[in-house]
Amino acid sequence: MTDEPLVLGIETSCDETGVGIVRGHTLLADTVASSVEEHARFGGVVPEVASRAHLEAMVPTIERAAETAGIALSDIDAVAVTSGPGLAGALLVGVASAKALALGLGKPIYGVNHLAAHVAVDQLEHGPLPEPCLAMLVSGGHSSLLEVTDVTVGVEPMGATIDDAAGEAFDKVARLLGLPFPGGPHIDRAARSGNSVAIDFPRGLTSRRDLERHRFDFSFSGLKTAVARWVETQQRDGITIDVADVAASFQEAVCDVLTRKAIDAATSRGIEDILIGGGVAANSRLRAMAEERAAARNIRVRVPRPGLCTDNGAMVAALGAELVARGRTPSLLDLPADSSQPITTVVA
Amino acid sequence: MLLAFDTATPLVTVALHDGERVVVELSSEQPMKHGEHLAPLIARAMDDAGIVRQDLTAIAVGVGPGPFTGLRVGIVTARTLGFVLEIPVYGVCSLDAIALEVVGTGAASGSFLVATDARRKEVYLASYDPDARRLEGPVVTRPAEVATAAPVAGAGPSLYPDHFPHAIAPARPSAAWLATGVADELIDLLDPEPLYLRRPDAVAGAPRKPALRDVSSLDSSGTLP
Ligand SMILES: [Zn+2]
Repeated sequence: MTDEPLVLGIETSCDETGVGIVRGHTLLADTVASSVEEHARFGGVVPEVASRAHLEAMVPTIERAAETAGIALSDIDAVAVTSGPGLAGALLVGVASAKALALGLGKPIYGVNHLAAHVAVDQLEHGPLPEPCLAMLVSGGHSSLLEVTDVTVGVEPMGATIDDAAGEAFDKVARLLGLPFPGGPHIDRAARSGNSVAIDFPRGLTSRRDLERHRFDFSFSGLKTAVARWVETQQRDGITIDVADVAASFQEAVCDVLTRKAIDAATSRGIEDILIGGGVAANSRLRAMAEERAAARNIRVRVPRPGLCTDNGAMVAALGAELVARGRTPSLLDLPADSSQPITTVVA
Repeated sequence: MLLAFDTATPLVTVALHDGERVVVELSSEQPMKHGEHLAPLIARAMDDAGIVRQDLTAIAVGVGPGPFTGLRVGIVTARTLGFVLEIPVYGVCSLDAIALEVVGTGAASGSFLVATDARRKEVYLASYDPDARRLEGPVVTRPAEVATAAPVAGAGPSLYPDHFPHAIAPARPSAAWLATGVADELIDLLDPEPLYLRRPDAVAGAPRKPALRDVSSLDSSGTLP
């Protein structure tokens, strides 16, 4: 098999229908149809709405991706698809479509782990992954620290959130402040004109006692509650809320904990490269803080461009291409969609 | 070669029809495994019939009504396969396939109904004339509201024997009859769109509050991975 395989990747684990096409580490197409507008009025993703939208968007998105890439589908070497983790019904639409593609084209199928795909996508931007590297994945669905030695074989979880995901905290706090869904970009924007030390919000799982058991884990639920309480108290006392200050102080608390723990995790294993992925990686403060703190420890930071950080098909294709290039065994046609696929299972 | 399948009930059914007759019919044995079983069953059916994917000329898929998750597996499979193979994809009401079998096997002599499991103590229901032409439906309804002594096919009678005492076969659609209906032009062709008959279960909550009082409502916002 060629070391520059042509792979089509499908991603439907949440509300984006993504189809990406890559040749080795070269991105040829990254087409995304999002149902985020339909979910906005609910303040979160509604699984049935997402599943219905995936079904309608699936074939047109494949078609557009192939057009953009300028390839014939019959030329692809393999199909890759997110088999988990994610919303069960949403995953199932992508997995079924990928199987039909594999069947109709007579090509192998790889059911891949969504988190490993978030790691692999960086190859499209910065070339081969440093091995080992410490990956921090932060989005509306995940907040994990992973040690990656070979992204096609296994990824070792070091820590994760014990309650809300980082992006979920952004969404909930945005909602609290009357900012639109999804909250991340709006908090980021509002925070730019705010004072990040105006309010001293709690840093979850950073006390000495918590660090004993949860050194590399996160908790954002206490922070979210603290913001709600603060807003509530101000309101009760008739004080106008400075949205920019709340946003900046909240964002500072999240980024502080994330970067502190990521660097601690890397240092503890003697790892010199940190890779940040997931939708929250687009946050400007997180990028700046991570780079500044890592540089002080001689650690390099890689962050793919924002368009590749959010859920998309390119990341799935990127991981698929790596699997093909390294000669990994494909999945079988009875491959299940596994909403809680463990990170240690790269290929289902 | 026409490929037909249905995923509107807990089991998956797949058949191939060569224009004259059904050459293969396969069915899954474990319920609620549409995603796992459909593609392997299609592959096996083609193997058993000794054909390759390029031999397929059309696809017919049951579009329900039925549980949404399974329905989508069938429809997205049909659409994707039709797209890559550049062959037409037809939708068929899954209750019509049951009705065709009722008439084809002589299970009913006059008019009859088809009732399948819609969960939540409801059924999907349609009524048919003696030639399997659909008179009314499909609708989603409570069995008590449509209780009848008339012959009823589908899973309805075994689930609600008090409301549908006169059960007739079959209990679920067969891809063989679905294929026959399409090949012999005995069945209405639809777009390959799911017959959901129900809106998504999403409550568009209260409009967003600029700054909220009730902290507990934060946890019910429905945000998911
Ligand atoms: Zn993700």
